[in-house]
Amino acid sequence: MAVRKPPITTREYWAPGHAACAGCGCATALKLATKAFSEAMEEKYGDPNAFAIAQATGCMEVVSAVFPYTAWKVPWIHVAFENAAAAASGVEAAWKKLGRRGKILAIGGDGGTADIGMQALSGMLERRHNVVYLMYDNEAYMNTGIQRSSSTPYGAWTTTSPPGKYSIGEDKPKKWVALIAAAHQVPYVATASIGNPFDFVRKMKRAAKVDGPAFVQVHCTCPTGWKSPLEKGVEIARLAIETGIWPLFEIENGDFFNIKIQAPGGGAKVKREGGRVVAIEFKKPIEEYLKLQGRFKHLFKRPEAIDEMREQIKAMWKVLGVDVTLPKPGE
Amino acid sequence: MTEYKPIKKVVSGNYAAAYGALHARVQVVAAYPITPQTSIIEKIAEFIANGETDIQYVPVESEHSAMAACIGASATGARVFTATAAQGLALMHEMLHWASGSRLPIVMVNANRALAPPWSVWDEQTDSLSQRDTGWMQFYAENNQEVYDGVLMAFKIAEDKRVSLPAMIVESAFILSHTYDIVEMIPQELVDEFLPPRDPLYTLTDFDNPISVGALATPNDYYEFRYKEAMAMERAKKVIKEVGREFGERFGRDYSQMIETYRTEDAEIVFMGMGSLMGTVKEAVDVLRKEGYKVGAVKVRWFRPFPKEELYQLAKEVPAIAVVDRNFSFGQEGILFNESKGVLFNTDARPLMKDYIVGLGGRDFTVNDVRTIARDMKKTLEKGKVKEEVVWYHLKR
Repeated sequence: MAVRKPPITTREYWAPGHAACAGCGCATALKLATKAFSEAMEEKYGDPNAFAIAQATGCMEVVSAVFPYTAWKVPWIHVAFENAAAAASGVEAAWKKLGRRGKILAIGGDGGTADIGMQALSGMLERRHNVVYLMYDNEAYMNTGIQRSSSTPYGAWTTTSPPGKYSIGEDKPKKWVALIAAAHQVPYVATASIGNPFDFVRKMKRAAKVDGPAFVQVHCTCPTGWKSPLEKGVEIARLAIETGIWPLFEIENGDFFNIKIQAPGGGAKVKREGGRVVAIEFKKPIEEYLKLQGRFKHLFKRPEAIDEMREQIKAMWKVLGVDVTLPKPGE
Repeated sequence: MTEYKPIKKVVSGNYAAAYGALHARVQVVAAYPITPQTSIIEKIAEFIANGETDIQYVPVESEHSAMAACIGASATGARVFTATAAQGLALMHEMLHWASGSRLPIVMVNANRALAPPWSVWDEQTDSLSQRDTGWMQFYAENNQEVYDGVLMAFKIAEDKRVSLPAMIVESAFILSHTYDIVEMIPQELVDEFLPPRDPLYTLTDFDNPISVGALATPNDYYEFRYKEAMAMERAKKVIKEVGREFGERFGRDYSQMIETYRTEDAEIVFMGMGSLMGTVKEAVDVLRKEGYKVGAVKVRWFRPFPKEELYQLAKEVPAIAVVDRNFSFGQEGILFNESKGVLFNTDARPLMKDYIVGLGGRDFTVNDVRTIARDMKKTLEKGKVKEEVVWYHLKR
């Protein structure tokens, strides 16, 4: 009987037994990211193990190493919350000095990256360390119990952006760290999603193989913080792509004019000019994404807030050079 | 053993620190500029630019990231050095705990500088003494020679497997950092004999034995981690003396004692303090001796670990101790005064002790000031009791 080659290595670096919540999308992201990294190191250096990890405090840190256990089968260091990129810089410098070839993977959540770790991230990118920074974006401080971060999307409920008589929930648009990272003119920046694992793995490998710093922002569902069904994590993440909420793109060397945008699927019509995506006509309304999550439940009594969200999404795509049309339900 | 012929150089305290790091063959430096430390890292950048060393230099964007990068590099297995002062040290505070808790033998030079506000760049010890409880060893240098020697010894002590703790070498702002003096440097091959390459227990380069650094510990385990660190700091006392003795045997300058006594044999009054001001105090002791005062001086070299036994032995012999504190703990008293009184509590030693708060924010402290303190202390001794425990010595009235 013919055995099909698995689409990704069966080696595990993020081992079962970690204490993440059931249905955690970030755990999936880390599992795929480390496998992709290992494959890239094997292809580039002939050594699948040529990497180490520096990780910020956060959900994926707390659940991974509780003394005397660890889920990591790779050299790993956690040095507080705001400085995964700085710690990774030090590890990378020492690797160089000690003559060890390979690449360092830094990992942080959206709080540890978009907020408290922004400065350290900027420093690491600017200094051109040979580090891939992976931001797992579950769009709030989930480890401390669901508080808003600057990466929390407009309209979302969190414990520090509760909707009420005078509040629609989070009232600021999401901050897109990938664009800030790209402005450092580093070799490679990408957004990805667990809703498209093949695209995510390809991007992680690309990031791992470039010489110099790279940044990948991966969207991952958090059933606990998003109040969403445990079994629908990948489906929800995919809906974010298909409705226009989560753009998938790649920017090399800060060249915003030659940004590569991946087709979102879900029936969306993509218009290209000279190979460049200039317009997308989405077919699925964002309500399909929002309705599966308790964090957006209150918005269905405030349709004007959902329309405002559509305007913000259009504005975000405009920054990427793409005109989008977003349907309303039934359109 | 090769015969020791020192290389004499006229250098600032900061350059002494940079040469110390160079001769210690540090492998990674991550640092951020801050007055009055900056010329240390400038000098190291110059060494690299001139091809004298291939240190990996990480010019980070803050002191917090400086120490985070040092921790990453040290955990990876490299010999790591950095330098800072005052505001920078305060920003690093969180990472100082992280370095010691991870048991990493990082060596840092701190140029003592007063903390703001009001803004100041001048000498004061409160910045480093505020880091008392971070689990770092602290050595206070009296002169540029001690800065250089201190850096070399600190690596050997910190990397000793009985210790595995970071160490801070403390020098005074400007008084040492920017003042040039003759420093006897040690030829590289002799430094290498004294200080072999680091031999870490664990590294972040060994994939076959991957380690996880910085895990969570529940209440069931955390307590023992702290106990082990406390015991390492206790063991450091023995290692400090061993290394200090070896240094003396090899290079002629003995550091086998955690405190240095000066003309204390028959002294009625002993002045006690740390850092560069002890040079002034020793000078004053010579003057006062000529004037008929029976005085001596005690320099506390190592503040952490604290030289408890040595101070007890001293306090048994001496009727009166005047502590000169270039620092202050609000709501209490000078920090060295407080610590040294504390170690005598459960003992039979009961000298009269007074605390003189001097030189804050870089105010000049001179031989004449020591003379005034001596007169005041003499009166206290004659009365046989301490009336005013803490004296704000320089106050403009």
